[in-house]
Amino acid sequence: MAADDARIDEPTGRAGPIARFHAFRRDKPHIFVLLTMMLAALAMMEPRIWVVLTISGLAMGAMVFLMASGMTLTFGLMNVLNLAHGAFISLGAFAGASVLLWLSTQANQPSLWTNLIAILPAFCFALLVAGLLGLVFERLIIRPVYGDHLKQILVTVGGSIIIMELIQVVWGPNELPVPRPDALKGAVFLPEWLPVAGGIALEKYRLIAVVLGLAIYGLLSWIIERTRVGILIRAGVESREMVEIQGYRIRLLFLGVFIAGSALAGLGGTLWAMYREIITAHMGDELMISVIVVIILGGLGSIKGCFYGSVLVGLINLYVGYLEPRLAAVATVALMVAVLMWRPQGLIPVIKL
Amino acid sequence: MNRLFSGDYPRSRLLSAALLLIFLALALGPFLFDGIRTFSMLGMMCVFIIVVASYDLMLGYTHIVSFAHTMFFGIGAYGIAIASDHYGSGYGALFAGIVGALLASVLLSLLLGLLSLRVKAIFFALVTLAVAFAFLSLVTQLYNVTGGEDGLAVRSPRELGPAFRPFDFQVPGFNIFGFLVAAVSSPGEIGQAFQEALFSVRLSGRHLTYYITFVTMVAIFFFLLRMVNSPFGRVLQAIRENEFRAQALGYRTVLYRTAVVVVSALLATVAGILFALLNRYVNPENTLNFELMIFILLMCVIGGMGTLYGAVIGTVLFLLAQNYLQDLLKQLDALVPADTLIAELINPDRWLLWFGLLFILSVYFFPSGIVGQLRIWSAKRSSGQD
Repeated sequence: MAADDARIDEPTGRAGPIARFHAFRRDKPHIFVLLTMMLAALAMMEPRIWVVLTISGLAMGAMVFLMASGMTLTFGLMNVLNLAHGAFISLGAFAGASVLLWLSTQANQPSLWTNLIAILPAFCFALLVAGLLGLVFERLIIRPVYGDHLKQILVTVGGSIIIMELIQVVWGPNELPVPRPDALKGAVFLPEWLPVAGGIALEKYRLIAVVLGLAIYGLLSWIIERTRVGILIRAGVESREMVEIQGYRIRLLFLGVFIAGSALAGLGGTLWAMYREIITAHMGDELMISVIVVIILGGLGSIKGCFYGSVLVGLINLYVGYLEPRLAAVATVALMVAVLMWRPQGLIPVIKL
Repeated sequence: MNRLFSGDYPRSRLLSAALLLIFLALALGPFLFDGIRTFSMLGMMCVFIIVVASYDLMLGYTHIVSFAHTMFFGIGAYGIAIASDHYGSGYGALFAGIVGALLASVLLSLLLGLLSLRVKAIFFALVTLAVAFAFLSLVTQLYNVTGGEDGLAVRSPRELGPAFRPFDFQVPGFNIFGFLVAAVSSPGEIGQAFQEALFSVRLSGRHLTYYITFVTMVAIFFFLLRMVNSPFGRVLQAIRENEFRAQALGYRTVLYRTAVVVVSALLATVAGILFALLNRYVNPENTLNFELMIFILLMCVIGGMGTLYGAVIGTVLFLLAQNYLQDLLKQLDALVPADTLIAELINPDRWLLWFGLLFILSVYFFPSGIVGQLRIWSAKRSSGQD
C-alpha cells in the first residue's frame, strides 16, 4: 500500500531524496536490484577483479538470455509452461557441435573468415534443428494440452526425457568435446592507460557473447516494439481473446513464437557448447535452473524482464562464484526467493497473475 | 474392514487381486524370493510406495506439482547419515537424526508453501525446481558435512544391521518364482523343482529393518487413505476441482495447500529415514538426483493420480521395469544386428526412452492411470450386467 501513498505524493512535485529513492525503487525495480548488486559486489572485492567478473557475468547473462527468451514468451503468450526447453538447449548444442566437428579443418585455422565458414553453418544448423523440433513438438506434444497446466508440466517433462534419450541414441551416451574455433580463442588486453581496468585480459569469446546477446536483445525488442508481429504478440500476451476477436489466428502466431523460441534455445546451446568446450545430453537440465530463475525474476512473458533477469543471474553467479565458489547455485536461487518475497510477480511483470 | 479402508475400496476385482498379491509378496518377500538383489528391491518398493503415495497427496489430490519431493526424501536420508556420522551408531544418534530431519523438513516445507503458494499454483513447480536444485548443489558442495559426491555410509544400531543374528536356527524359504518357472517348463519333474526351490534364510537385523519399513509403509498407506477420505481430504479435492469455488465456500485454500505440502514433505522424510536404514549408504545420486524426481513423477502418473492404490501399482511396476526391463532389452538387443539405429534404440541403457513414451501416452489416453482405467472397466462391466 506504500506504493499508492507515494503515487499520491507525486503531483506535489517537490519530492525529497528519500521519496525519489522510493519512486525509483518502485518504477525501475530491475535497475535498482542490478545497481544494488553491482555496488555490493564492488564493496567486497578489488575493482580490477570486479571489472573482469562483471564482463564475464554479462557474457553468461547474454547466453542465458538467448535460452530463456523463448520460454518466457511461450508462457506469456499462450500460457504454456514448456519444461522441455532444456532439451532444446541440449539439442542445439549437439547439432552445432556436430557441424563444428565436421568442419573442424576450417574451424582450426587462424583466420577469422575461414572460421566463419564453420561457425555460421553451425549456428544455422542449430537454429534449424531446434526450430524444426519445436514445430513437431508443438504439434504432437503441446497442442492437445492447451489450458491445462498440470498436463503441460507432465507431458513436457516426458517430452524432455524422450528428446534427451534420443540425443544419446544419435550422438552416443558419452560427453562430446567441442572445438572452439581458433579466432574465438585467446584474450584481448585493455589499454594500459585506463584508470582501474588498465591491462586486464578479457577472454575474446566472452566479449563476443556479450555483443551477440545485446544484438539479439536489440533485435527482439525491435520486433516486439516496432513491428506489426510484435504488436500482435504483445496484444496476445495482454489478452488472447481480444486478438482472436480481431480476426487474427493466434495459434499460428504462437506456433511462430514457439519455433523461434526453440531455435533461440538451440542457438544458446551452441554458444554454451563453444564456451564450455564439452557437452552432455543433460546439460539442458542444469541450464534449465538458470532459465527458470531468470523467467521468474524477470516476470513471465516480458522480454525486457528476461534480459535483466539473465544479467542478474549471470552477475550473481560470477560474483558469488569468486567470493565463495560453493555457494554460486544457492545464491542464484536465494536471489530469486528474495525478489519473489519483495515482488511476487517478478521485476517487470507483463501478465496479471 | 470398512474403517480400515475408510470406505475407499479398490473397486475393481483385478485391482484387488493385484493389490493382494503385492501385499503378500511384500509381507512374505524375504521368504519367497532368493537373492540379495530381490531383497533390496523389495525394500525399495516399500520405501517408494511411501514416497509416491505422499507425492500423490499433492499431485493427484490437490494438483500441486512439486519438484522438491526428493529434497525432503534426501533430508530424511541425510539426517540419519549425518547424525550417525557425528554421534556414532547408537539409538541416541538415530533419534537425533530422525528429529532433526523432521524439523528441517517442516521448516523448509512451511517456507516453500507460504512463499510460493500464495502467488500462483504454477509458480510452485518452478520455485520448487529451483530450490531443490540449490539444495542438491549445497549437499554436493559441502563435502565435509555430507561427503559430497561420495556420500556417507550409515552406521545404524547393531540390531538393525546384517551383523545382528537373533536366532541360531535357519528359517526355510521357498523360491516361488523359480518353482513356477521350473514347473511350467518341465511339468513332469515338479517334485525336483520343489526340492530345488527350497532355500534357507538366516534371520538378521536386515530382516528386522525390512519389516519395520514394511509395517511403517502399511500404516502410512492406511493413514493417507483415511486422510483423503476425511473432510480435510474433501476440501483438497474441492481445491483441485475449482479453487475459486472452494475459496468462495469459505475455506482458506492457502492454509489447506500449505498443510498438504507439509504433510507430504514429512512423509517423504520418513521414507528417506527408512531408505537410509535399509540401504546403509546415502549419496546425492540415490536420494536427491533430478532423475529420481522424474521417476517419482512417472510412478505416480502411470499408476494413477488421485488414487492412492495407483501409487502402489505404479511403484511396483516401475521398480520391476527398472530392474528387469533392462534385462529384457538386453535380450532383444542381442537379436538385432549391432550398430544400427534400432540396436541403439533398444539398447538397455535407453530403457527410459520407452518409459518416457509410455508416460506421455498414459497422460493423453489414460489420464487416471492404470488404476483409473481398471476402475472404468469394472464399472462398465457391472453396469452392463444390470
